Amino acid sequence: MSVAASRPRAKAIGRPRLRLLGLLSLPGLWLVVAYLGSLAAMFATAFWTTDDFTGNIVRTFTTTNFSTLIHESVYWHIALRSLGVAAAVTVVDACIAFPIAFYMAKVARPRVRQAMVVLVLTPLWASYLVKAYAWRVMLGDNGVIGWALRPIGLHGPGYGLLATTITLAYLWLPYMILPIYAGLERVPDSLLEASSDLGASAGRTLRSIVLPLAYPAIVAGSIFTFSLSLGDYIAVKIVGGASQLFANVIYDNVITADNLPFAAAAATFPVVVMVVYLVLVRRTGALDNL
Amino acid sequence: MVLSKRARFLLRLFVVIGLALIYIPLLVVLVNSVNPSRTFGWPPSGITFVWWQKAIDSQGMLTALWTSVKAGLGATAVALVLGSMAAFAVARFRFFGREAVSLFVILPIALPGVITGIALNNAFLSILGPFGGHLGLATVIVGHATFCIVVVYNNVLARLRRTGTSLEEASADLGARPVQTFRLVTLPAVRSALFAGGLLAFALSFDEIIVTTFTAGPGIQTLPVWIFGNLFRPNQAPVVNVVAAALIVVSFLPVWLAQRLGGGGTAGGRL
Amino acid sequence: MNRKRVLAVLAATSLFALVGCGSASGTGGSGPGGRATPPNEKMLTALGSGEGQVNVIAWAGYAEDGSDDPTVDWVHPFESQTGCKVNVKIANTSDEMVQLMHTGQYDVVSASGDATLRLVYGGDVAPVNTSLVPNYATIFSFLKDRAWNSVKVNGKTQMYGIPHGWGANLLMWNSKTVTPAPTSWGAVFDANSPYKGKVTAYDSPIYIADAALYLMKTQPALGIKDPYSLDQKQFDAAVALLKTQRTLVGEYWSDYTKEVQAFESGTSVIGTTWQVIANLIQGDKKADVEAIVPTEGSTGWSDTWMISSKSQHPNCAYMWMNWIVSPKVNAEVANWFGEAPAQELACQQPDMASVCQTYHAADQAYSNDIWYWTTPTTDCLDGRTNVKCVPYSQWTQAWTEIKG
Repeated sequence: MSVAASRPRAKAIGRPRLRLLGLLSLPGLWLVVAYLGSLAAMFATAFWTTDDFTGNIVRTFTTTNFSTLIHESVYWHIALRSLGVAAAVTVVDACIAFPIAFYMAKVARPRVRQAMVVLVLTPLWASYLVKAYAWRVMLGDNGVIGWALRPIGLHGPGYGLLATTITLAYLWLPYMILPIYAGLERVPDSLLEASSDLGASAGRTLRSIVLPLAYPAIVAGSIFTFSLSLGDYIAVKIVGGASQLFANVIYDNVITADNLPFAAAAATFPVVVMVVYLVLVRRTGALDNL
Repeated sequence: MVLSKRARFLLRLFVVIGLALIYIPLLVVLVNSVNPSRTFGWPPSGITFVWWQKAIDSQGMLTALWTSVKAGLGATAVALVLGSMAAFAVARFRFFGREAVSLFVILPIALPGVITGIALNNAFLSILGPFGGHLGLATVIVGHATFCIVVVYNNVLARLRRTGTSLEEASADLGARPVQTFRLVTLPAVRSALFAGGLLAFALSFDEIIVTTFTAGPGIQTLPVWIFGNLFRPNQAPVVNVVAAALIVVSFLPVWLAQRLGGGGTAGGRL
Repeated sequence: MNRKRVLAVLAATSLFALVGCGSASGTGGSGPGGRATPPNEKMLTALGSGEGQVNVIAWAGYAEDGSDDPTVDWVHPFESQTGCKVNVKIANTSDEMVQLMHTGQYDVVSASGDATLRLVYGGDVAPVNTSLVPNYATIFSFLKDRAWNSVKVNGKTQMYGIPHGWGANLLMWNSKTVTPAPTSWGAVFDANSPYKGKVTAYDSPIYIADAALYLMKTQPALGIKDPYSLDQKQFDAAVALLKTQRTLVGEYWSDYTKEVQAFESGTSVIGTTWQVIANLIQGDKKADVEAIVPTEGSTGWSDTWMISSKSQHPNCAYMWMNWIVSPKVNAEVANWFGEAPAQELACQQPDMASVCQTYHAADQAYSNDIWYWTTPTTDCLDGRTNVKCVPYSQWTQAWTEIKG
């Protein structure tokens, strides 16, 4: 009897289950138990309040936090404003990223493509804070943009929501380019050639073949830009002037007001938005396109 | 795809302008690192390297840099292990809830950082507090690793899906034990994906500020925390620019390395 | 298998939910003015050897280590003398300080009057054993046993901190751009201000008191007697004034360095400030600024060093408190920050006579004229019993509304 035949095959029944459990146990413990658990614990506090004077948490069940959020119009304004900024950033980034990614994936020669990937990835390493601050300086009164626009008689946008949108769009652009590039790479060149062989113009090919196939990748990129914009409280403090976004409401209530219950209640808004977004997006297959 | 000459030209123009727009703020940072004016008045009045000298002498900055490196390495190590484990489970097995794994893994990075930070801070203080434990570098690593897992997971999963199981099955058929198969067949195939994922994870951790603010102990300052505290200080802001300029220049190397080692495809890394 | 997994997740999450979900838990009473006594926190009875580290929460400028100005450093001398390494966390507002103290990760905090009693009644700070702080003896007596830093328990007054210094919030403006020089807080509240878009204000709910102070002097019909003691009508008037101001504001500031940068780059030209910020801008010579206490008077702060009830380094903490109120160091802080020192002997240090004169360090009457930051409570602080005053938690909600 040969040695090989007497060895148990690696795919014996029962063993794979154990291996699967072993593989999933550690990440499962970390993500499901620890992370989701701490999220649950935080959201549980949303039903409590803090003592008026000392700020200590009072553990009696109440829904006042949620009723305040729903009934005070200022929170609706801030929420809509934040959704608007996040959507604007996503649209701007998608418009800028798509041509660049298309060029990288389909038009550029291999060496140029490699160089471009490096060029697109490198800004991720420059500090987020410094990039935001560079925009503060550029958008300021004596900054580059004012200096460039003055001869034409215009002046820069100054600090505010427009500046925040520009800065956020700039910061998250690489996060949109990469997934689209990955998605476009997977579109076989043969499809595009076949399309043009059949007589379709470049525009038609783009509309009917490339965009539908790249759509999951664009959506994947949008997950990042949307969620990063929705959750950002620092960039708006640097270039947003006196405006505040929803993440500021959460941050201010934890740090400034020391009101964890209210912050947790407010935090349900972005979480619900993102979870709904993710669930909707799963259907498009975007989660496989990251 | 056949693009008309005009379309090609316009596309190239767009790309060039796009890249220029991406790099103009970075150039501003580079120029400001040698700008004598402390408030970055534009145009700069001259060139000076005094800020670079101050940066090298800055004890606070160097300590923060070292702390960031330690945190990044720790988070990357944890993310590599956990991300690969999850990726293997999803790629090689069928089980209930397989589709949900992608959702769970992406959650830490899809939810706003302030929420992850607050939740972890709350959990750490509630659990460690009674035992006299305190926030420190370890809690920072835990926080970073949590959202770095997805980066490694995506890269390894994509690679595993692409390479398929035929080689591994052949190896098993030829009598190799599972450990041998893993070491000699699987690992070399995913090595570059691990490298790309690990590099991206390190980059994410290195530049992270929001979760770090909530999970760092009193004496722990990572580089972004240090930068945040010095961003507006007139005496320190130029040093901050120097740090950023140095990071930009230095980072070309690992990114280019990842490209070379990856060899084609989205070797730049998937997010 | 899936059912087991679901059960496991449920069990884990409920475990978390039970294990004190909120990290801040209190056992103390609810506030001053005839309220319950503060929780019984242990007071250190004897000083031991240093633990090698002390975690400090400080206002900007209180714990300088030479990074702002190489000649301004009292942290490194402390470290070499006591062996206690100082980790400083600069907090921007009193609320931040209260929140940080709740985490139990810090040893000492330089608390203003609107944080002190919250910390005391929340059980976050321990009473201070003043006999362990030799320099306490020579602190100006009018700063000891005051309402914001001590509590009467069983007829005996117990100090909860070591006084550090006090000062007023100021009105600062760019003297080149803002002419004529303003003399009243009206300059930042005037709806028709020519500096619209370049006004700045302190980003904290406590700033509502500044608006109330202005109304106290300009609209006596409202009957405001104490800017921290506002009934609903008075509070609404202050909030309305601030909403008007919102249209003038370009940026709010809580990080002092941000205000320095804003004035130096011309983003802000007029607004509320601390003396240390004006000092920094004047030292940089990038913009010309002046800062005054306007005719209506001003809000301010009287700061006290307090020790955490959960301090892991109590000996180093006491050493720090003694160090910071020692004559030489207290003088250095007062000089750098621009405030009145609490230490009487600090005024006898070289070159301190004029500083103490400028900030009225020994002038108790002057000191009593400043409306120090205090936490507003439902029981009116001005003694009215016929109305309920608006508590601080509502001030914070209103602040979000004001910023819009």
